[in-house]
Amino acid sequence: MADLTTDFLGIKSPNPFWLASAPPTDKEYNVRRAFEAGWGGVVWKTLGSEGPPVVNVNGPRYGAIWGADRRLLGLNNIELITDRPLQTNLDEMTRVKKDYPDRALIASIMVPCDEQSWKEILPRVEDTGADGIELNFGCPHGMAERGMGSAVGQVPEYIQMVTEWCKMYYSKPVIVKLTPNITDIRKPARAAKAGGADAVSLINTINSITSVDLDQMAPEPTIGGKGTHGGYCGPAVKPIAMNMVAEIARDPETHGLPISGIGGITTWRDAAEFMSLGAGNVQVCTAAMTYGFKVVQEMISGLSQWMDEKGYKSTADFVGMATPNVTDWQYLDLNYVTKAKIDQDACISCGRCFAACEDTSHQAILMKEGRVFEVDDGECVACNLCVNVCPVEDCITMVELPKGEVDLRTGQKRGDYANWTTHPNNPSSTAAE
Amino acid sequence: MTSPMTPGIAAGRLSTEEIAANFADLHPQFDAHEAQVAADRCYFCHDAPCMTACPTSIDIPLFIRQIQTDTPEAAAKTIFEQNILGGMCARVCPTETLCEEVCVREAAEGKPVEIGRLQRYATDTLMAKQSHPFSRAPETGKRVAVVGAGPAGLACAHRLAMKGHSVTIYDAKPKPGGLNEYGIAAYKTPHDFAAKEADWLMQIGGIDLRTGISIGSDITFDELRGDFDAVFLGIGLGGVNALRTGGEELATDAVEFIADLRQSSDLSALPVGRNVVVIGGGMTAVDAAVQSKHLGAENVTIAYRRGREAMPASRYEQDLAAANGVKLMFNVMPSSLAEGEITLEYTSVTDGKLSGTGETVTIPADQVLKAIGQTLTTVSGVAVEGGKIAVTGAGRTSIDGVWAGGDCTNLGEDLTVWGVAEGRDAAEDIHTTLMGA
Ligand SMILES: Cc1cc2nc3c(=O)[nH]c(=O)nc-3n(C[C@H](O)[C@H](O)[C@H](O)COP(=O)(O)OP(=O)(O)OC[C@H]3O[C@@H](n4cnc5c(N)ncnc54)[C@H](O)[C@@H]3O)c2cc1C
Ligand SMILES: Cc1cc2nc3c(=O)[nH]c(=O)nc-3n(C[C@H](O)[C@H](O)[C@H](O)COP(=O)(O)O)c2cc1C
Ligand code: SF4
Repeated sequence: MADLTTDFLGIKSPNPFWLASAPPTDKEYNVRRAFEAGWGGVVWKTLGSEGPPVVNVNGPRYGAIWGADRRLLGLNNIELITDRPLQTNLDEMTRVKKDYPDRALIASIMVPCDEQSWKEILPRVEDTGADGIELNFGCPHGMAERGMGSAVGQVPEYIQMVTEWCKMYYSKPVIVKLTPNITDIRKPARAAKAGGADAVSLINTINSITSVDLDQMAPEPTIGGKGTHGGYCGPAVKPIAMNMVAEIARDPETHGLPISGIGGITTWRDAAEFMSLGAGNVQVCTAAMTYGFKVVQEMISGLSQWMDEKGYKSTADFVGMATPNVTDWQYLDLNYVTKAKIDQDACISCGRCFAACEDTSHQAILMKEGRVFEVDDGECVACNLCVNVCPVEDCITMVELPKGEVDLRTGQKRGDYANWTTHPNNPSSTAAE
Repeated sequence: MTSPMTPGIAAGRLSTEEIAANFADLHPQFDAHEAQVAADRCYFCHDAPCMTACPTSIDIPLFIRQIQTDTPEAAAKTIFEQNILGGMCARVCPTETLCEEVCVREAAEGKPVEIGRLQRYATDTLMAKQSHPFSRAPETGKRVAVVGAGPAGLACAHRLAMKGHSVTIYDAKPKPGGLNEYGIAAYKTPHDFAAKEADWLMQIGGIDLRTGISIGSDITFDELRGDFDAVFLGIGLGGVNALRTGGEELATDAVEFIADLRQSSDLSALPVGRNVVVIGGGMTAVDAAVQSKHLGAENVTIAYRRGREAMPASRYEQDLAAANGVKLMFNVMPSSLAEGEITLEYTSVTDGKLSGTGETVTIPADQVLKAIGQTLTTVSGVAVEGGKIAVTGAGRTSIDGVWAGGDCTNLGEDLTVWGVAEGRDAAEDIHTTLMGA
C-alpha cells in the first residue's frame, strides 16, 4: 500500500486529507472523533478576538441543491466563525494536539484588521502547540460586513499587510485562505506571497442564494420571512475551485507557492485531481458534513490504490503533474481532430444525444430505423455534448483522427500542431512562414 | 427419446442446451454500468443496519462507496477483511432475510440496494486479477488442526494462517468446500466457483489441505489432539433425519441427490423422476425441487407439514420455486410411500402441536426426496446439547484446546455466512489463547 504521509510546509500528517475550518472542527469532541476516524489533520473552526463571541442565527443556517435521488450537490451556509469563547477553544486545541502529535492541527484566525488585534492573539495561539495558522480572509457573510473575512480578502493590500504582521508575531507556518468572491484569484495570492505567506489555501465559500421560497417570497434558508446570501460549497463548487488552484499554480509570480486545495472534495479522485493541479494537500468540509467522518476511509483506500496502480511512492510524486498541461486557449492545437463514436452494444437508445445534437449542436447524429443512433463524421465538430448528456458511461467516446487522415467535415487532411496565434483568421496572427 | 413425460426415473429429459440454460447463473454478474447504477443508490447510512444484519459485519456502506468511486478492488478488500468467503456469500446468502431486508431503501421504497450482487461485483473483480490481498504474519511455530473444509473450517484456517500459525485441514471428502462444493444449488454457484475459491483462499500459504481423511476413523480424535496445539471442528451436519413412515426405503436423501448433481460432469446423464415429491420446507427442499424441475421432471411438489408462514425457506425462495413451476403444498405430512406414489395426510395445529386430521391425498411420486434436516455425527468426548456441539464464547467446546464452529454448533443459523463468522472468530480466540496474554 502506498505511503500517504504528506509533508506540507514541514507539517507532517499521515495522509493529505485535512478537515477544513468549519463545523466539523468546531470543538474538541468533533476533532478527537475525526482523528479516530482517520483524518490526517484539521484546521480548527475560525477563532475570533477575546471578548464576547459572535452569535449565530437561531433559525436554519443551511440551504442546499440536490441532484437526482436527493444527492446533496451544493450546500450554502450563513454560519459565522466560532461562537464559543476564545480561551475554551485554545485550551481544547492544546489538549488535542498533545494527544495527537502525529496529526496536523492548524488554527484558523479572523480578527479585526489592525496590528494590535493580531499581536494579541498570535502568542496565545502559539502557546497551544498548533502546527500553524490559517488566516480566514474568506467568509462572505456576516463577518465581511464587520470589515473582516472576505472584506479583507478582496483587498490585496490588506492581505499583504496582515500576513506581514503574522509573520512578525508568529513563528510557525502561515497559510492564507482565499475567498473566491473576486474577479482574478491571482491578485490576492500574489499579495499573500508578498506578505511572506508560507502557503495559500482555497477556496472559501462562494456568495450564493440556493433557492427561493415562492410562498413566502424569500430566499432560503428563510429566517422570519427574510433570507440573506450565504456561502456556497460542496461538489458543485469543485470546478471553480480547481480552476483557481491551477491559476495560482501556473502564475509565474506565485508558481511554487504551496497550495492547500479546498472546494467540493468528496472522493479520492477529487483529491487526486486537486493535487495534480498543484495542491500539496486538500481540505474537506461538505463531504464530512454530508456523510460523516467515516467518509475519509474511502479517500484513503482509493488514493493509495490509485497510487499503487500508477507506481507513485509518495503524494509528492504527483503533486503539480497536471499544472504544465493547463494552458491558455490560444495555445491549444487547432489541428487536433476527434469524432464522437457511439458504442452500439452499450447504447440503450434513449435518444438524448440525438436531441442534444439535433436541437442545440451540429445535427451530426442520425436517428435510424429501430432507434439506432449513429454519428455522421461529415457533420461532427467533436463538441463533446453527446458524451456529456449520455447516461451510460463510456457509451459515447471521442476517437482521435490519426494525423494525415481526412476530416470528412472539412475535407482537410489532419495536419501538425498549429494554434490560434498563427491562424490565418487571427488578425494579429504572426504568420509562421 | 426421453422427455419430461417419460414414466419412472430417467436421465436426459431435456436437451443439453435446455439443461445448460436452466443451470446458468441465477443472478448474472453486474457489468460496470449496472454496478455503478446499483451502487449509487446506497445512502452510506450511519451505523448501517445492513452491517449489523450481516453475521460477518462487513462494512457494506464503505465497500459500496468504494465501488462508486471506481475502486472495486478496495471494496473487495473491505469485504474480505471480514469475510474471506465474501465471494461465495455474495452468491448464496439469503440477502432478503439478512442485509437487504433491513436496507433503509427497502423500508422507503420496497427495493433495497442490491448488496449481494454488488458484493459479487467487487469480489469477482479482485479474484479475476488472481491476486490474494493478504499476506502472512511471521511463522509462530504453533500448529492447529482444522477438521472439515467447509465454510467454517476454511475461514478458520485462513485467519489462523494469516496470523502466522501453521494449519492442517482434514476433510473426509475428496474436495474442499463442504456444502459449498456438495450442497449449494448449482445455479447459485456455477463454473466450479467453490473449488476456485478454495484454491484462491489457500494462496495465503501455511495451510496444508489433506482430503479423503476422516477424523474418527483414519486418524483418531485423541491422536489429533496430541499432535496439534489446538483443534477446530467445522464438521457440519453429516447425518439425516428419518421420516419414520412406511416405505421410507423408497425415499432418497435430498442432500445426497444434490451432491450427486453438483458433482455430475454431465447433467443430462443424471436421472430424475417424472413426478418428484420433496418432503420438507427449508432451503434444501427448495433447492432439490427447483433443480429437479431444471433437470426436466414434469411435476415437482414440495410437501411441507406446516403453513406457509412457518416455512423456513424465505418468501423469496418460495417464489423462486413457484416461478420455476414447483407446486407448494402446505399442511401435509407423509403417511406412507409405495411404488410410484405417496400418500400425504393433512395436518392441523392445535395449541402449537401438529397432528394429522385423518384426511389423506395420494399423488404420483416416482422419486421422493427427504429434506427434513440434517443431524450431527460428532466426534467422541465433546459435549453435545440439543443435537449440536455445545460451545461458549468464540466457539470453545467442553474440551480444552478444542474449538468448533459452523452448522455443527449451537451458534447462529445454519448458513454459509454464519459458518464463516464462527470460523473466523474461533481463529481469533485460538490465536489469543496460543500466544498467551
Ligand atoms: C442443499 C443445501 C443448500 C444450502 N443452500 C444454502 C444457501 O443457499 N445459502 C446459505 O447461506 N446456506 C445454504 N446452506 C447451508 C450451508 O451450506 C451451511 O450452513 C454451511 O455449509 C455450513 O458450513 P460448515 O463449514 O459448518 O459445514 P459443511 O459445509 O457441512 O462442511 C463440513 C465439512 O466437514 C467434513 N467432515 C465432517 N466430518 C468429518 C470428519 N469426521 N473428518 C473429516 N472431515 C469431516 C465434511 O466432509 C464437510 O466437508 C445449504 C445447505 C444445504 C444442505
Ligand atoms: C457551515 C460552514 C461553516 C464554515 N465556516 C468556516 C470558517 O469558520 N472558517 C473558514 O475558513 N471557512 C469556513 N467554511 C468554509 C469551508 O472551510 C470550506 O472552505 C468550504 O466549505 C469549501 O469546502 P467544501 O466544498 O469541502 O465544503 C465554512 C463552511 C461551512 C459549510
Ligand atoms: S442537525 Fe442537529 S442541530 Fe442541526 S437541526 Fe438537525 S438536530 Fe438540530
